[in-house]
Parts: sequence; structure tokens; C-alpha cells
Amino acid sequence: MFDSFLQNILNALQWGSFYSLIALGYTLVYGVLRLINFAHGDIVMVGAYIAFFISSLLLGQYGMPAFLPGWAVLALTIPLTMFFTSVVGVTLERVAYRPLRRKGANRLYVVITALMAGLILENGNLLVLGASRKKFPELIEKVVYKFGSVYVTNLKIGVILTAILSFIGLHFIITRTKVGMAMRAISYDKFAVPLMGIPIDTVIVFTFILGSSMAGLAGILFALSYPILDPYMGMSIGWKAFIAAVVGGIGDIRGAFAGGFILGIIEIMVVAFFPSSYRDLIAFSILLLILTIRPTGLFGVAQTTKI
Amino acid sequence: MINSASKPKVPLLEVRNLEVRYGNIAALHGISFLVDQGEIVTLIGANGAGKTTTLHTITRLPPPEAPKLFAGDILINGQSIIKTEPHDVVRRFHCALAPEGRHIFGNLTVTENLTLATFSRPKSDNLAKDYEHVFELFPRLAERRHQRSESLSGGEQQMLAVGRALMSGCTFLMLDEPSMGLAPLMMYDMFRALKKLNQEGMTILLVEQNAKLALDFAHRGYLLETGEIILSGNAAELLKNPDIHKAYLGH
Repeated sequence: MFDSFLQNILNALQWGSFYSLIALGYTLVYGVLRLINFAHGDIVMVGAYIAFFISSLLLGQYGMPAFLPGWAVLALTIPLTMFFTSVVGVTLERVAYRPLRRKGANRLYVVITALMAGLILENGNLLVLGASRKKFPELIEKVVYKFGSVYVTNLKIGVILTAILSFIGLHFIITRTKVGMAMRAISYDKFAVPLMGIPIDTVIVFTFILGSSMAGLAGILFALSYPILDPYMGMSIGWKAFIAAVVGGIGDIRGAFAGGFILGIIEIMVVAFFPSSYRDLIAFSILLLILTIRPTGLFGVAQTTKI
Repeated sequence: MINSASKPKVPLLEVRNLEVRYGNIAALHGISFLVDQGEIVTLIGANGAGKTTTLHTITRLPPPEAPKLFAGDILINGQSIIKTEPHDVVRRFHCALAPEGRHIFGNLTVTENLTLATFSRPKSDNLAKDYEHVFELFPRLAERRHQRSESLSGGEQQMLAVGRALMSGCTFLMLDEPSMGLAPLMMYDMFRALKKLNQEGMTILLVEQNAKLALDFAHRGYLLETGEIILSGNAAELLKNPDIHKAYLGH
């Protein structure tokens, strides 16, 4: 009984890691711009595809000689994917959101633009790569550790550790660096930020770099764990991560991190006791209940500091 | 030295025929004024006269904070800043604004607020000296340096707004209603600190509704009424002007 509980917790932490990494991106952009970047889930998908192409290339799929072992390919794929995914995120900001911001568009239009941008990413992928799914290469050999009757893979440990380390790194940036201070300042009072000699656009671009590179990271980790890629893979996980961010209190990175893990734990625990087809129904009912009790989310405070 | 003495003196700030509009409504009808190096100049006038609009236009804040510039020019040390981005007005031209309503970052500590203002300053600047200077001017900020700034009193928040402007490395300080909502004793402290700053060489442009306070403090003043400058001159003379007396000093 206890062993199966522990096993479930480990699985929950793995899923929670995906949700957390993605939710952090939602919450960062929301905290700084008050924009719910609904394209963010699709950025995760783009990240997974970028990781697919980079690792395939390094493994010699496209005529390039393969000379690297799998672990080295992975070690190269992670930073490159994070880089290219943040290029996509920043481009989205430049092309879609910044022009609207310049014109002082109502937030509603920006949110609709974000939804459309997501659809463009999905369908653009479909157009370019076709409907067939891609099989993500196995980069590291699976090692299973056994503790009593609990099984842990090296991948699972890696995913959970990566999520935790990313959060610690992000928390450091937000609380200790000047650019992090600027992000918090924008979320509190955008008006006064340029008066401090701070170029707002630079801070916004930095925010998108942080958010999208974590989405890219989530994309790789997800593809390593569930190696089938399709253009719509980011949709459901993106929506769920968004809900996790809201439950945690959107705009607060601690909230996004905790919210992701809470969602992961609720989902896995529901499946442990009920038929798996009830998972989303029961899980989201519980989240709805949390929001009814605390409408601002777990870490949210009504209308004050965000991020 | 000999050359600079013979050259015509360039004012620190020159506003030339500034005309700005909110949509079709003109907010400033071509105003002109000067601020010389080392001076304290005040813009006085009633609510809605265009004082804050003038400051926001000088800081080049984008719409909707500042209206569209329709005509005229703004020169800092003889160089036009019309096309300058707001953060560059601070970074390159060293003009800072302590805005009306203070706009401090309440979710940051006092120290973080001050540190943030150094965002674009070169590493070669002696920041430690500047922090020391701010804390010397406003000892209350030093006492509360680790406190979240939204927990400060109104007067302390105003001190922080001024301190923050100083930390941006400015040589020209614009103040928008620094007396607003301050207890008399706080106000006295604030203006004493500002006087001291000016004696150390800081050029100040002060916008105030409290005309008596402003004219007592400044060297020169301009009276703004519905987007036009209708009177200007030596602060002491303006104080004695019967029109100003009647309309703004309430006698």
C-alpha cells in the first residue's frame, strides 16, 4: 500500500514537473504584461519539435555523420533547444504582441491574438511537417532503480530535478538580479519603469526568453518521457499548466511551481482510486473547489504584487 | 576657460513653442521656458493647467501617459530630445522625474527601489557614494531600507521617489507635486533636503499647486493657465504680483 503510494507520488512529481515548468512561463508573462499568453502551450510543442530536429541531426539523421554518444547529444540538445525556443517566443512577442502594445490595444485583443498565434503554430507545423507523428529518438539508456517495490527511472529523477533546479534559478533571477527587480517593478507599476532609465521592451524580451526557454525545456523532457510528437501535443498540457498557474495564483512564480505539482498530484491520485477516464473530471472539480475557496489562487493576493 | 566664457550660455533645459494634444484637444498651446544650470525653477498653476503634461512631455513618456507632441522642441544642453526614448532621457541626458503620486514600486524594498534606478548606469559610477548621499539626505530611508516600500508613510514614499530619481544619476531633477499629501513637518523636511540638493549643484524644475510654497523655494517661476504661460519672472517678484496673490495665494 505504502509502496504503491510512493510510486504514485513519484509519477505525480514527474507530471507536476512538466506542468510547473510550463506554468512558470504563463505566470512570468502574465506578471509582467498582464497578458495570458495562450500560445505558450504551443511553444512547448515547438520546443519538442526543435529538440527532435536537433537531436536527429546530431544523431546523423540528415546526412551528418553521427559521432556523439546519446548523452552528449542530449547535453547539446538541451541548451540549443532552449535557445531556439526562446527565439520563437521572442519573435512572437515582436510580431504579434508588441505592435498591439504600441497602439495601446485593449487586453482582450491581445489575448485573442495569443490564441490565434497558438493556432498558427499548430497549423503551421501541420502544413510544414504533415500529419504523421514523429518518434523522438531515445537519447539516454533507460536505467531503472528499484527501492523495495518502488521503481524509479533515471529519466524521472532527471525531470524532477530539472524542474526544481529551474525554479531555484528563476527565483534567484527574480529576487536577486536587477532585471528580475525590473520585472517585479513592471508588474507593480509600469508607468514609472522608464523613469528609472529602464528600457521596458528589453525587460519584456527578457521575460519571453525566460518563459519560452523553460517551455523548450519542458518540451524536451516531455518528449523524452513520452516520445511521440504531434502538432497538437502542446494544447492539452498547455491548458492544464495554465490552470495550474491560476490555481497557484497567476503572476507569482511560487504559485505556478506549487500549482503545477498540485495538479500533478491530484491527477495521479484520482487515477489511483478511480477509473482513469474520470481523471480530468475529478481533478478539475477539485481545482474548481480550490478556486472557489481562494479565488486569487494559493499564493495570489487580490490586486497587489504579481510575479 | 577663456573660450567658454565668451560663448553664449546654453540653458540646461529649453522648451520651445511646445504644443501637445490629446486627440483633438490641445493641452499646451506652444509654451516656452528655460531652466539654467543650477537653478530652481517652478511651474505653478491650477489643476488642469498643463503642468504635469509638460513634465511628462519632457520625459518623453509614450502615450497615453503623455500626449502627442504636435509642434515645438525640447532641448537639453542644446540638444533636441524629441526623438529620444524615455529611458534614454534618464540614461543619456540625466533628467529624472519624481512623478506625481510618487509611483514607487511598493512590492520592492526601499533598497531595491533605489537599486533599480541604477539599472542603466555604467559600472564605473560610484554607486556606494550615491546610496550614502541619499541616506544622508533622507535618514528615514536608511532606517527603513529593508522594508517593503508600500509600508512606508506618504512622506517617506515621497523621499523614496526623490531618492530613486537621484540614484538614476541625474543632474536635472523634475518634481511633480512633492508636497502632495504630506504632513507640514514632512513637507518642511522635504524642501530643506531639496534646497540642500540645489546647493550641491542640482538643477530643479518644480511643479506645484501650492504656489506660495513653490515661489518661496524657487529662484524663478512661470505661471501656467490652461496650457499657456501667462506670467513669468523672479520668484520674489511673482510672490508680490497682485494677480497671483488674488488667484493662487488666496488673500
